[in-house]
Amino acid sequence: MSNVQSKNAPTERIVIEPVTRVEGHGKVTIHLDEERRVEEARLHIVEFRGFERFIQGRPFWEMPVAVQRLCGICPVSHHLCAAKATDWIVGGERLTATAEKMRRLMHFGQIFQSHALHFFHLASPDLLFGFQSDPLKRNVLGVAMEHPELARQGILMRKYGQEIIAATAGRRIHGNGAIPGGINKNLSLEERDALLADHEQMLQWSRDAVELAKGYTLDNLADLADFGTFDSNFLALVREDGALELYDGGLRAIDADGETIFDHVENHDYLDYIAEGVRPWTYMKFPFIKSLGEEKGWYRVGPLARVNTCDFIDTPEADAARQEFMELGAGRPVHYSMAYHWARMIEVLHCAEKIGELLRDADLQGEELTVQGEGRKEGIGIIEAPRGTLFHHYQVDDDDRVTLCNLIVSTTSNNEPMNRAVTGVAKKVMTGQPEITEGMLNSIEVAIRAYDPCLSCATHALGQMPLVVEVYDAAGRVLGRRVKGGA
Amino acid sequence: MTKPTVLVLGYGNPGRCDDGLGPALADRLRRERIPGVRVESCYQLSVEDAATAADHQVVIFADASVRGDAPFEIRPLEPCTDTAQFTSHALGPAGVLGLARELFGADTAGWALAIRGARFDDFDEELSSEARTNLEAAVVFLERALASSWPIEKAHPRTSRTTWK
Repeated sequence: MSNVQSKNAPTERIVIEPVTRVEGHGKVTIHLDEERRVEEARLHIVEFRGFERFIQGRPFWEMPVAVQRLCGICPVSHHLCAAKATDWIVGGERLTATAEKMRRLMHFGQIFQSHALHFFHLASPDLLFGFQSDPLKRNVLGVAMEHPELARQGILMRKYGQEIIAATAGRRIHGNGAIPGGINKNLSLEERDALLADHEQMLQWSRDAVELAKGYTLDNLADLADFGTFDSNFLALVREDGALELYDGGLRAIDADGETIFDHVENHDYLDYIAEGVRPWTYMKFPFIKSLGEEKGWYRVGPLARVNTCDFIDTPEADAARQEFMELGAGRPVHYSMAYHWARMIEVLHCAEKIGELLRDADLQGEELTVQGEGRKEGIGIIEAPRGTLFHHYQVDDDDRVTLCNLIVSTTSNNEPMNRAVTGVAKKVMTGQPEITEGMLNSIEVAIRAYDPCLSCATHALGQMPLVVEVYDAAGRVLGRRVKGGA
Repeated sequence: MTKPTVLVLGYGNPGRCDDGLGPALADRLRRERIPGVRVESCYQLSVEDAATAADHQVVIFADASVRGDAPFEIRPLEPCTDTAQFTSHALGPAGVLGLARELFGADTAGWALAIRGARFDDFDEELSSEARTNLEAAVVFLERALASSWPIEKAHPRTSRTTWK
């Protein structure tokens, strides 16, 4: 339920608390100049970042399970990324075919369900009803009441992905299927057949979702062109042949024109290419490409970055969708923030195609589950999580206890882009307006939501993080306050 | 009376002490393998739980309570279809039932089993001694209720008819 409080300037004050339908919470401040035009907007994260310190002293083999406590939203990505890092510590980075394919199936299931949840239930209320529509129906039940078939599809796609996770990770939340050097179970024929039974339906709904996202983007192109759209660099993993790669590959960065900044960077060399900046007004760091410096080296990650960065997608239907998507950029990468939704659905289709391939692969019933080699004191894993590139870096002592843990999560990489999107949209919808409405503030949230941020991950905090939106005048006085009931 | 199919859904964060009472109850019941009873656990309720709920005649949502009566309370739930009460970020048990009804045409009956906890503020996977005592009482009650005929009121004289959303 919305609870709006506002008074007239100069003591008018507006706060939104919390912004809903992002995973976790943060704070946005909007700063006006003397003419009451939007000068700058900032996305703040208000909780302390502490997980990397918290994890020190724990045995490294606990990491694939322990790091899932970072977040109840995308634990599978942390599970797999920590497993990839600890593979190196046990000398087991060359997995058996069964282990690698089980992990990939788990990962495709995770991305499939996460993207479906975001599109059908977090973003669709804005896309279907409008950014400034009645907030009382701009939610999941509003979608259920007016578009029940879409809402039902979203739920069943999410459920299907969760069933893949349960079958591969042992349980749908905080599983333990991936262990250092491999996995602890294969896929039974019974599990395979149950998943295959629904696969064709999932594939069809994925095709439909691509069409829906494409149609929305193209129908609203004129409005979206200046809605959080800006040039940027992009970063993603790619396969050796340049294909889209979600589980394992080399790092590729491209600039705003699509020119290569670096390519096929090995996971263990990431610190030679990526650094993290800090700013005094937020705990969230600002990663950047070292060779370009902090001012010009920021980049975007996630579905938009991945589809822009790869040369092709190795499944036919998703690649056809990618080619159509890239026409939007007219020879350059696509820079619309709102095109994240279309790119996200292309990845859903890709995941559906790959899930079908893997379920028909007999290696998933193999018996060789783990490998081990000569142990090491350091392990680095990089994976493409639903929201973007995720880095896990551990060092261990002679007792196998973690002495260093560094995590760069995808929402952190998208920190600068989200700040730019927030500023752009605030300028577009608020400048020159006599009154700041709920709809305007939701438009700002829409820009944040396009990135599907997981703020609880980004701060590595264990607790509740309310997001406040405040508007300040040129003298630094708060002009308004809004309060929303939320999670 | 034919015993209906039942889903026991325990939810909460086992990493936050007594907030893990729901999953702890699920773990206990899962081991009992009671015929006609499916047991699931999760950190928080989500939209796909509506599809699972719709496959059952009765869902018991087991969660920790901060202020309720000890050792536990059990109350019937009404499906929530008031859009003003929904966010897409978090879903309550009444919202799960509401989505099950709206999207899947289910008339699933819902009950909230609130087990009183005592310690929530630390990062610890151990339940407090009070929570363990209350969990035992809830397990004994639920085993007896699930083994007998519905409705659940007959199994627990202190059952409240107050709607709990």
